[in-house]
Amino acid sequence: MDLFEYQARDLFEAHGIPVLAGKVATTPDEAKAAAAGMGGKVVVKAQVKIGGRGKAGGVKLATDPADTFEKAKAILGMDIKGHTVHKVMIAQAAPIKEEYYLAILLDRAARSFLVMASVAGGMDIEQVAHETPEKLAKVHVDPAKGIDIALAESIAKQAQFPADVQRQVADVLVKLWACFVAEDAILVEVNPLVRTDDNRIIALDGKVTLDENAAFRHPDHEALIDHASTNPLEALAKEKDLNYVKLEGQVGIIGNGAGLVMSTLDVVAYAGEKFGGMKPANFLDIGGGASAQVMADGLSIILNDKDVKSVFVNVFGGITACDAVANGIIQALDILGTKATKPIVVRLDGNNVLEGRRILKEANHPLVEQAETMDGAAARAAELAAK
Amino acid sequence: MSIFLNKDSRVIVHGMTGSEGTKHTKRMLKSGTNVVGGVTPGKGGQSVDMDGRALPVFNSASEAVAATGANVSVIFVPAKFTKAAVIDAVDAKVPLAVVITEGIPVHDSTQFVAYAQSKGTTRIIGPNCPGLITPGESNVGIIPADITGAGPIGLVSKSGTLTYQMMYELRDIGFSTAVGIGGDPVIGTTHIDCLRAFQDDPQTEAIVMIGEIGGDAEERAAAFIKEYVTKPVVGYVAGFTAPEGKTMGHAGAIVSGSSGTASAKRDALEAVGVRVGVTPSESAQLLRSILGR
Repeated sequence: MDLFEYQARDLFEAHGIPVLAGKVATTPDEAKAAAAGMGGKVVVKAQVKIGGRGKAGGVKLATDPADTFEKAKAILGMDIKGHTVHKVMIAQAAPIKEEYYLAILLDRAARSFLVMASVAGGMDIEQVAHETPEKLAKVHVDPAKGIDIALAESIAKQAQFPADVQRQVADVLVKLWACFVAEDAILVEVNPLVRTDDNRIIALDGKVTLDENAAFRHPDHEALIDHASTNPLEALAKEKDLNYVKLEGQVGIIGNGAGLVMSTLDVVAYAGEKFGGMKPANFLDIGGGASAQVMADGLSIILNDKDVKSVFVNVFGGITACDAVANGIIQALDILGTKATKPIVVRLDGNNVLEGRRILKEANHPLVEQAETMDGAAARAAELAAK
Repeated sequence: MSIFLNKDSRVIVHGMTGSEGTKHTKRMLKSGTNVVGGVTPGKGGQSVDMDGRALPVFNSASEAVAATGANVSVIFVPAKFTKAAVIDAVDAKVPLAVVITEGIPVHDSTQFVAYAQSKGTTRIIGPNCPGLITPGESNVGIIPADITGAGPIGLVSKSGTLTYQMMYELRDIGFSTAVGIGGDPVIGTTHIDCLRAFQDDPQTEAIVMIGEIGGDAEERAAAFIKEYVTKPVVGYVAGFTAPEGKTMGHAGAIVSGSSGTASAKRDALEAVGVRVGVTPSESAQLLRSILGR
């Protein structure tokens, strides 16, 4: 889960990382009040989970509360690369002398954690890594040892931070590590980390990604979820504990196992090329022990998607028994009744396949047809969607 | 021959007394796996009836190894206890620990993988994987044993159900070993580890490698193939239609910016001579043509 900047700021503050005053606002009035509370100049910053908002006009300096009202009014509701701005952060303005970069992240390839530090902050770090790799220090962290002040100081030195701020940067890095571990983060990034005119080191903008697998030990992370921009079908699926991602196409997909479902999307898109470019409408993995109820929940979400023209149920029964899947499909159609209007192509293989196929054949539901192979079923579902 | 698992494998089940552990212990026994006991802290000394066979329960892997000579641990405990179970297996110097559990925090898996590496005595497979099967000899995890039998193909895959699908497609030919390495961002055994083992395994004549979006494991595997593998390799990659920034079921299956895409993985594999099918069936056909079957 990616956090908004204001959430990252709050998290940093809670872990003792130096930040400036900042307050989130959802209306121009709230923005004005926040600016009045801070006094002086403020920056109005669009809260969107995408880069490049500055260039898009989503960050503006405001001279006083009245100006803050106007700037917030202009930014709220703005579209930045497909993301609607629902919130702005009102942040204290600071006189900046230098901009740096500091991050800790999971390095999948090394199966370890990685610190990245640079004095070339404030810009896209991938660009720095590409164009001036000598300006980016990368240091792996032993997960068992972590980052103590000695290691942090050596990293600050290696990254060629000015000698008079190395200690302060190292101190931030130690706290950033504590935050990274305590919050089960996959990424904590400060860009820019700034040196102010009066030589303070401050985290001016932050990006944090939290590990959703660790939610069980962080009940407080629940409150960080951005419900406003969650797709309603995705929200519904989450309530039912289903693994669902809404896509743009016309063929609804249900399958078991993440890999098989991803593959099903690809096979449908490939088959769909022959039928006017039909594409998968969603990713939905009903998981290993898919029961009739789970199938019913999944099918009802997909049949509620107005973009869906046909459905492809692709199950290879490992632990999942095909007869349970077949019963689930029939029960789901019973529950949905006349609301179910889309044709459903079913491909079953694996555990108890003959029984599963028999159940579907005998039920003889007008919307359901069976296919022998995954590729054949994908082609049929795409064909039906194109009708 | 086979890799990692054979008829001499003696298996203990971490979490055998839990519902998942019990269910899958019965399945493993039924498919001929030599399960010799279970580990559940606090329940040592008990025994559990597995369809008429009493299996002993131990408090720790060390006790289990001392009493049974176990050399494989399979872990079915809930995510919040998994790190402790893996460390228990590593401390007992069990040579192979297979972690089936999904939903493990990546800080935990990074720590237990690093711990196992520092000790150097335990290979971890997983987490978030279906396990591995050497057909006719041993089956550790949740892969259905009745899809196919022994044969010349080695299979390594990030995905469970795609493993089953591919075994089914090639069921008339059979497999030396099929390994589900798991779909998490941090895993104990990689494509490269399996490719090396299959290359060195006399029974394996050809290799199927299944990858998916996220990270760069497939790209690194391609570089390894070029340098080390002389046996034919056929590939399949899932996730061409996955949108950027969305996790597709597996915690590790995410395209971040321009990195981790399916097309980059396919291109890297094809550049080293690996033939990559557009669908699983097509990959299976490519393998058939290579083996002349």
